Amino acid sequence: MSNIDRRHFLKLLGIGAFIGIGGSSLFEIVGKGTIEASVEQYKKVPEAFQAKRWAMVIDLKKLDQKIINDCTEACHRIHNVPKILDPKEEIKWIWEEKFKNAFPEMKDDYMAPEIKNMRVLVLCNHCDNPPCVRVCPTKATFKRKDGIVMMDMHRCIGCRFCMAGCPYGARSFNWKDPRQYIKDENPEFPFRMRGVVEKCTFCYERLDRGLPPACVEASKGAIIYGDITDPNSEIRKILSSNFAIRRKAKLGTKPSVYYLL
Amino acid sequence: MLELALKGSPRYWGWLFFLAILIGAGFIAYLYQFQIGLGITGMSRDVSWGLYIGQFTFLVGVAASAVTVVLPYYLHNYKKYGRIAVIGEFLAIPSVLMCMLFIFVDLGQPMRVLNVLLHPTPNSVMFYDMIVLSGYLIWNILCGWVILMAERKGAPPPKWIKPFLYIAICWAPSIHIVTAFLYQGLPGRDYWMTAIMAAKFLSSAFASGPSLLVILCMIVRKFTNFDPGKEAIQTLAKTAAYFLLVTIAFYLFEVFTAFYSGITSHQYSIIYLFKGLEGYSKLVPVMSICVLLAAIGALILVTPPLRKWEVTLAIGAASTFLCMWLEKGITLVVGGFIPNPLDRVFEYWPTLPETIITLGVWAFGFFVLTILYKIASSVKERAIFDKYGEKQIKA
Repeated sequence: MSNIDRRHFLKLLGIGAFIGIGGSSLFEIVGKGTIEASVEQYKKVPEAFQAKRWAMVIDLKKLDQKIINDCTEACHRIHNVPKILDPKEEIKWIWEEKFKNAFPEMKDDYMAPEIKNMRVLVLCNHCDNPPCVRVCPTKATFKRKDGIVMMDMHRCIGCRFCMAGCPYGARSFNWKDPRQYIKDENPEFPFRMRGVVEKCTFCYERLDRGLPPACVEASKGAIIYGDITDPNSEIRKILSSNFAIRRKAKLGTKPSVYYLL
Repeated sequence: MLELALKGSPRYWGWLFFLAILIGAGFIAYLYQFQIGLGITGMSRDVSWGLYIGQFTFLVGVAASAVTVVLPYYLHNYKKYGRIAVIGEFLAIPSVLMCMLFIFVDLGQPMRVLNVLLHPTPNSVMFYDMIVLSGYLIWNILCGWVILMAERKGAPPPKWIKPFLYIAICWAPSIHIVTAFLYQGLPGRDYWMTAIMAAKFLSSAFASGPSLLVILCMIVRKFTNFDPGKEAIQTLAKTAAYFLLVTIAFYLFEVFTAFYSGITSHQYSIIYLFKGLEGYSKLVPVMSICVLLAAIGALILVTPPLRKWEVTLAIGAASTFLCMWLEKGITLVVGGFIPNPLDRVFEYWPTLPETIITLGVWAFGFFVLTILYKIASSVKERAIFDKYGEKQIKA
């Protein structure tokens, strides 16, 4: 080692850097398909629930205050969603709204007050044509093959373009470190850090284990989910025999969450 | 050429020192934001963009407006702008730098900013904004520097710079159109979702930019021996006048569309800004001042005697600039978020740390601007005549 001179050292350094930079990008180009394929393969654990496009039906007639609280509570507890009381910094994945707020375009002076103020559960609509995915500059939010609009909280740069893009107000931003607001933490689901956007992920992690979404489980039958492309699924049967509406359908986002009145 | 910025009067150094203090204050406030998070700002779940993105949007316009000087000079050979072309180009540089800084300070995870390059996403308008802004910065540094260098040597600019000049000219509108596309392509934000947004962005940019240039030219003339020329200043003022009128017209078109169509969701933001909505009216004073300034600016810049008298001209130019700053820098962004998608009103007002950070970024921009203008004016003071034989030094 003692006979290595400056010139030689720099040469080696240069070659090393070239191989390092060039090699890693080459790996990304060549290896990309292989990695994706292996991830796909990994996904197929036998007990996992799978669909071509996941969708949800929320039966508003069956919702009462207790069910709404249970659903919200279950979701937020499992996913370590912080309980922040300040509406400015609130983080919510699923929450209660009044009908007139969830469906503002249907507001009518003569609408019965019980309908106007009917309790509605709102969450990410997992749109088939999601504006949030379109605007994200880093693919931190993306649509999976099964229709779930996912968030990669480790890639998100916190530009909040998706929040401006979402016409449902379904996205929350971590204005501060969320950990201080979490009381009983669930060690099985990751925390978020400050400065990233988060939202409902259709309980992808539960579906992978063959469990229904947490809100569905807590809803006592008020929320039904399934594969909307499968004509024999329960959700399709409900949609073909009931009048269902979607939030702001005219915007062309094609929401996957339906509401029964 | 940078050495020219190192020789200056005590006043020059005093001004730079003052700006450095503001930059330092902004930096300290930013460290605070970096540690706590964007929660220290006035932004919220419902108004998720505020002052930072507003400043970004406004300054893209100021940067783009360099074309109002460069185009008449290089494409139409308008000789009076020979002296100030570089003033325009050198305004674009700090403007773009400020844009980039404002985006940066707005990020929740600034350390991940390179993810935009690591995971390029061509379906996001932000991707194109990054490309056009960086490109525009490079073209302006290149063109401004090379041409000034040539002038310093008393030689005509090299021929190879021409294509870059033309690229820069075509590039300028693109930066502001792409910035408008950030807004106008979002479903469910009715105040922004209008095809006239890009056109209004350009027109308001070409009003605010030349107004600022008028003021900057006056300052340069007062504090250096370089004289941008009375006629050049007058032409800038005319450009600002027409584009101010166009911008006002575009805004009224928008009001007509919203109210004659009767589509209420298109009206809410406008009502909120001018009258207040459901008892919330924090931005009504801002919008009222904006209207007042637009009226003053239009009256002065359009009326020939008022435009020609430089005292009123300075007031008119300042009014126009401030009006556009209030409109684009605050009300446009915040107004678009009100009411929120769930038909509720949550208001926004910047906090103190947010304001200090904003001031710091502006101070940084003026710091760079001062240095660039110092270099430009030093070169111009020495070259008594420009290449058209126009005298550059004040009599």
